Amino acid sequence: MIRLLEVTKTYGTGTSALADVSLSIEKGEFVFLVGPSGSGKTTLLRLLIKDMIPTRGTIAMGNIDITDLPAKKIPDLRKHIGVVFQDLKMLMDRTISENILLPLEMTGMDQEEAEQKVEHILKQVGIEEHRHKFPIQLSGGELQRAAIARALVFSPEVLLADEPTGNLDSTTSWEIVKLLQDINKLGTTVIMATHNLEIVNSLDKRIVELEKGKIVKDNKKVKSLNEKDIHSEKKAASHHEELKHVDQKEDGNEDQEEETK
Amino acid sequence: MKVANTAWKNIRRSPYQALAAVLIMMLTFLVVSLFTMIVVSSSQIISYFESSPKVTAFFKEDAKQQNIDGVADSLKATGKVSSIKFVSKEEAFKRYSSWNKNNPILLDLVNSEVLPPSLEISTYKIEDLDTVAKVLKESPYVSDVVFLKDVVSTLISWTDAVRKIGLALVVVLAVVSIFIMTTIIGFKISQKKDEIEIMRLLSATNWYIRWPFLLEGMLYGVIGAVLGWLFTFGLTLYARPYLTSFMREIQLVTVSPAFLLALLAIEVGLAIILGAIASFMAVLRYLK
Repeated sequence: MIRLLEVTKTYGTGTSALADVSLSIEKGEFVFLVGPSGSGKTTLLRLLIKDMIPTRGTIAMGNIDITDLPAKKIPDLRKHIGVVFQDLKMLMDRTISENILLPLEMTGMDQEEAEQKVEHILKQVGIEEHRHKFPIQLSGGELQRAAIARALVFSPEVLLADEPTGNLDSTTSWEIVKLLQDINKLGTTVIMATHNLEIVNSLDKRIVELEKGKIVKDNKKVKSLNEKDIHSEKKAASHHEELKHVDQKEDGNEDQEEETK
Repeated sequence: MKVANTAWKNIRRSPYQALAAVLIMMLTFLVVSLFTMIVVSSSQIISYFESSPKVTAFFKEDAKQQNIDGVADSLKATGKVSSIKFVSKEEAFKRYSSWNKNNPILLDLVNSEVLPPSLEISTYKIEDLDTVAKVLKESPYVSDVVFLKDVVSTLISWTDAVRKIGLALVVVLAVVSIFIMTTIIGFKISQKKDEIEIMRLLSATNWYIRWPFLLEGMLYGVIGAVLGWLFTFGLTLYARPYLTSFMREIQLVTVSPAFLLALLAIEVGLAIILGAIASFMAVLRYLK
């Protein structure tokens, strides 16, 4: 589903955010991305929606190589990946339902159909009574739900949540995680960046731990599989290179042969 | 529709910027309208005079009919004259009466004896008026020669100057209004930077973000053009009675509704182009 192969991201200042990260996440997985501030969690999430491009390495979503994706296609990519941003990024001058409606409007969806969809999602995340309120009128937990609702509006295959429990009390945090789990149960792949260890340790989910831009721990059995995958991909890539090399060689031989003829 | 709503919201939320943009567009199109009216009217006046190059010769009191006929014959002999019309004292008085029929005092002052007989001579070409005038001035029976060539050539050089000044002014104003609008729209884009960034992250395409700004620029242009035109239209309505009585037989096309509507249509078209150029420049500059 999602594959990162030796991804490195170095900022213009020389700061290395990610260094040679290889990671594979399967469809329907729930993955915690943990690590201290500055470990590269947000960078990794931003790379996945091509909000930035890696300095080196490749990122693939399904069969699509994101790193090669032309700028024109980025909006399409983002329809397949819902994102709950760390700072939520709600438009403060629009109501909650207008905020959630916005991505659908961009696609030119029929107004009535879009409103029905928004209504359905508002119910799903449990904030339907706040639909006509402005973001500033909502509590932290409700806002977080609104942001999740907006991220879900395209029924994305992947949901990225960046510190969705960052500013919330313990009870509300659990509610949000519960909501994310419910979404995951419906088949959406969920990647949640957090440093709330209480939640991470209480749930039996895959944990990918980053430190200084490197993966230092990946607890899932899938891990070995992934590594194998990546290994085989690498192998395939080098095999491809070899083939090219051989082709060239053969071409050269043919040339030589022709010359000798 | 959604795009129009967004554009309208953008305008409503920063009324002073919108006003500045509309006013500069209005000024541009006011100047466009005024100069167009002046240039078209004067061209029409010139071509009226050019199409009927005319010299009027007034005869002395003691000139007999045969003297007048003699002058007419010698003019015909030049072969440059297209028509000669004899206006008798009575005919002159008739014309005078009809022009001043609402002014009894003027009518009382004059009778047919006071007005001199005259010849109205038209030539095929405006340049030949010179020759005709020369012949007339040499005749001992002619008291005065009224000659329109000087008037026309002055008018031509004035119109030419007005045309050049108008064109330069319009170009400068158009460039200024484009830059002012680019700045205003660019400023608005900067103000909405966060919102635009969020929209991008939520899968907005470039055109989804650009359209409202483009529409906004075009709207400023159109509103400005309509206001500038309305101002000129008001002026025309105000001046029409004076112009029509002053111009007598020249029917000025510039005061006709058809001309004014055509001018409006052209100006609105131009305004849309100007607005689109300005906002597109802003979009290219500020929406990377």
